[in-house]
Amino acid sequence: MNVDVLIAGAGPAGLAAAIELRRLGVGDVLVVERELQAGGIPRHCEHTGYGIRDLHRLMSGPDYAQHYRRAARAAGVALRTGTTLTGWQRPGPMTATLTSQAGIEAVQARAVLLATGCRERPRPARLVPGSRPAGVMTTGELQQRVYLHGQRLAGRAVVVGAEHVSFSAMLTLRHAGAQVTALVTDEPRHQSFAAFRLGAQLRWRVPVWTKTTVAGIAGRDEVSAVVLRDERDGSVRTVPCELVIFTGDWIPDHELARLAGTDLDPGTRGPAVDTALNTSVPGMFAAGNLIHAAETADVAALSGRHAAGSVAAYLAGRRTAVAARQAAPGGHAGGRQVPVPVMVAGPLLWISPNGVCPASPEPPRGQFVLRSAAFARRARLEVRQDGRLLNAAGTRLVPGRSIRLDGRWARNVDPAGGPVQVTAQ
Amino acid sequence: MTALGSSAEPVADVLIVGAGVVGTAIARTLARYDLDCVIADAGDDVGTGTTKANTAILHTGFDAVPGSLESALVRRGAELLRDYAQRAGIPLERTGALLVAWSADQHAELAGIEEKARRNGYLATRHVSAHELYAREPHLGPGAVGALDIPDESIICPWTTPLAYATEAVRAGVRLLLRTRVLAVTAADGWHEVTTGNGTLRCRWLVNAAGLESDRIDAMLGGSGFTIVPRRGELIVFDKLARPLVSSILLPVPTPQTKGVLVAPTVYGNVLLGPTAQDVPDRGDTATTEAGLSSLIGAGRKIMPDLVREEVTATYAGLRAATEHRDYQIRVDGSRRYACVGGIRSTGLTASLGIAEYVVDQLADAGLALRQRDGHPPAPPVMPYIGQTCQRPYQDSAKIAADPAYGDIVCHCERVTRGEIRDALASSLPPADLDGLRRRTRATNGRCQGFFCAATVASLMAGRVLT
Repeated sequence: MNVDVLIAGAGPAGLAAAIELRRLGVGDVLVVERELQAGGIPRHCEHTGYGIRDLHRLMSGPDYAQHYRRAARAAGVALRTGTTLTGWQRPGPMTATLTSQAGIEAVQARAVLLATGCRERPRPARLVPGSRPAGVMTTGELQQRVYLHGQRLAGRAVVVGAEHVSFSAMLTLRHAGAQVTALVTDEPRHQSFAAFRLGAQLRWRVPVWTKTTVAGIAGRDEVSAVVLRDERDGSVRTVPCELVIFTGDWIPDHELARLAGTDLDPGTRGPAVDTALNTSVPGMFAAGNLIHAAETADVAALSGRHAAGSVAAYLAGRRTAVAARQAAPGGHAGGRQVPVPVMVAGPLLWISPNGVCPASPEPPRGQFVLRSAAFARRARLEVRQDGRLLNAAGTRLVPGRSIRLDGRWARNVDPAGGPVQVTAQ
Repeated sequence: MTALGSSAEPVADVLIVGAGVVGTAIARTLARYDLDCVIADAGDDVGTGTTKANTAILHTGFDAVPGSLESALVRRGAELLRDYAQRAGIPLERTGALLVAWSADQHAELAGIEEKARRNGYLATRHVSAHELYAREPHLGPGAVGALDIPDESIICPWTTPLAYATEAVRAGVRLLLRTRVLAVTAADGWHEVTTGNGTLRCRWLVNAAGLESDRIDAMLGGSGFTIVPRRGELIVFDKLARPLVSSILLPVPTPQTKGVLVAPTVYGNVLLGPTAQDVPDRGDTATTEAGLSSLIGAGRKIMPDLVREEVTATYAGLRAATEHRDYQIRVDGSRRYACVGGIRSTGLTASLGIAEYVVDQLADAGLALRQRDGHPPAPPVMPYIGQTCQRPYQDSAKIAADPAYGDIVCHCERVTRGEIRDALASSLPPADLDGLRRRTRATNGRCQGFFCAATVASLMAGRVLT
């Protein structure tokens, strides 16, 4: 089968991109989704807060997912659920193998958009020692158990993390019938909104234990306790519980990007992308939380919409671009201009996009997003290229929280210059 | 697996205590004879003790103690298991091993290791220069000075192996009693009276293949020849995206205390780093430790820096049934109708079929009447394939066309289909819990550890229909 655009993942980014591609007049847009229902992570986030930036209204996660499913259908998007993109066929990554109950099929696409999202690092990836009993899970698993499979959960729970998603996990646990003993974080303070923190304390009497590390998990078949270490004095205590929820610590689900041979950004761990959301593989684009794990769903959707514009332009100019590359191989890679890398230094962990496309320097929503490893009430972000100051802005740094940087400076990047450096003081 | 009767329990010909890789191997070997055979285990599945957590290597025995029983049985066992694995669909890859020297002193030891291999009857070793070593393993950390190539070292699935043995035994009529811990053994007139946590059993012959508990069972039968000192090994499993970094098993030069930390591919396509070696007092202590995991990361950084930059998929710890002796503790006593198969250290998986053949021969010599069953001898079952070199159901168009459940991928990281989970639940040896399902299918064993699929898998386990 041949399509104009193949989109991997029917979460907010993938569906928003597909809808926008249809609006821009692109003919065949196929979205493949390995889950049985499209909509992505919002399907199992029953709390409100969805749709503000992209739809300009406030809705719950499941309603938001349903909105995008309906809008995609109305836009004439071909959507295949229960269908896994299991790999890329040789030669080249633009032919995908799709596996579903209908069988195995090869799909050749003129352009590919990766929108495979992100996930929370599970307990083993965080090297939390101890035994391996049942009752240890991520927020994603917890939400699916409770909201998609209607499970009740009994007992006491310890939530690892104190960022937005950690408070969401606390509410899900309460809803499912569990008692939340505490939120624990190795950070010196929580990383969410003050209102969430206060609400947890006053309404549900759930404390946040800061500067606290999970030093072990005990229990043979089921969890019996967590061992917590206070990093201020090194003291260790055992807290009995039946559930341990590991929250946050997001990592892009980058398997398809890596199998396609895209360069990874060392900070985001997703594919490196420029402001047009090109990856290093010509004709392959990436959007959503695959390139910034994790932003809110509306930010992911707008990233998808932005990518759609780049994909449509690529398809429209493809023939000329190939000809241009053949004529002048020096300044172009795969029919587009070589991006100028954008790098960060500590305490900043990453920036997305992490390159400026000279032909299209505007990032999604006109903003770059960043993450910091440290708190700072008033930090000064500086953007420099070859020592030249392109931008400076004041901001607040909170680990795990999104930091936004106005992207108008990207127009002033010298396409022939060195990498752009973003620092925080 | 029904509960046992009380006094009316008939006397079985043979009771095997322990359904690990050794006990199930003995059971399948005895199953071809006309015997009433029972196998009992304290766990809720086969292979839940020392069997389930190891380095999953099919050894050549090149580094065994020359002249030992272990050396002979590892060689014989490897030969038998290689053939059996092929027939039963047990994932097996002949990756070869490179025993890497990181200093001039270690390099000087390679000749002695090669000589030891020869004395163990293994002649295919070859010296490899640093240049060739880095050509074969370009991601190896800097500083290696040479290596010994052991081309027949292989990797194997440690879970499918005992499941295959047990499936074959059960289909041939062996009774498998799980959740049946042996508490006491008393001598009766011509039989053993065996008190378990699940009723009383009677047997004429008793085979002790109880792994970490083998010394305790031995003591119940009057033995006192050895003491199990559990030695814990912690391991780290890296993401499948790390698999292209490694082509062979990378062994260190051993010290008198330990074989050291290795890097090895797994048959599922991951990369293993480990094990540590620490004597622990508790026979159930399979907890990983901060010190153990951080020492492995430190060792890994030297062996292969690129590896430790990859994501960790799992960590685990296993217990080796080590004793104060340097060899297996296998003794068959005809007067007591008792076979002790203890002290099977880390080589038990490789040697299992060799041990079974040896023990059954010894039992026959000691007076156990072995008469071939009428009809065809039992054949290896064809096990569900969970490796990565042959075709899995999701890759098989014909299989999906015949049954669309094999195209319905439930566990995305490991590409496990609803059809495979359904088959495991309906098999001769169904899993008792999610861990059992994991060992049979790999569901939830991948990089996300259930973020995407565990809720669905739990519903399938509970028999709930999914929409």
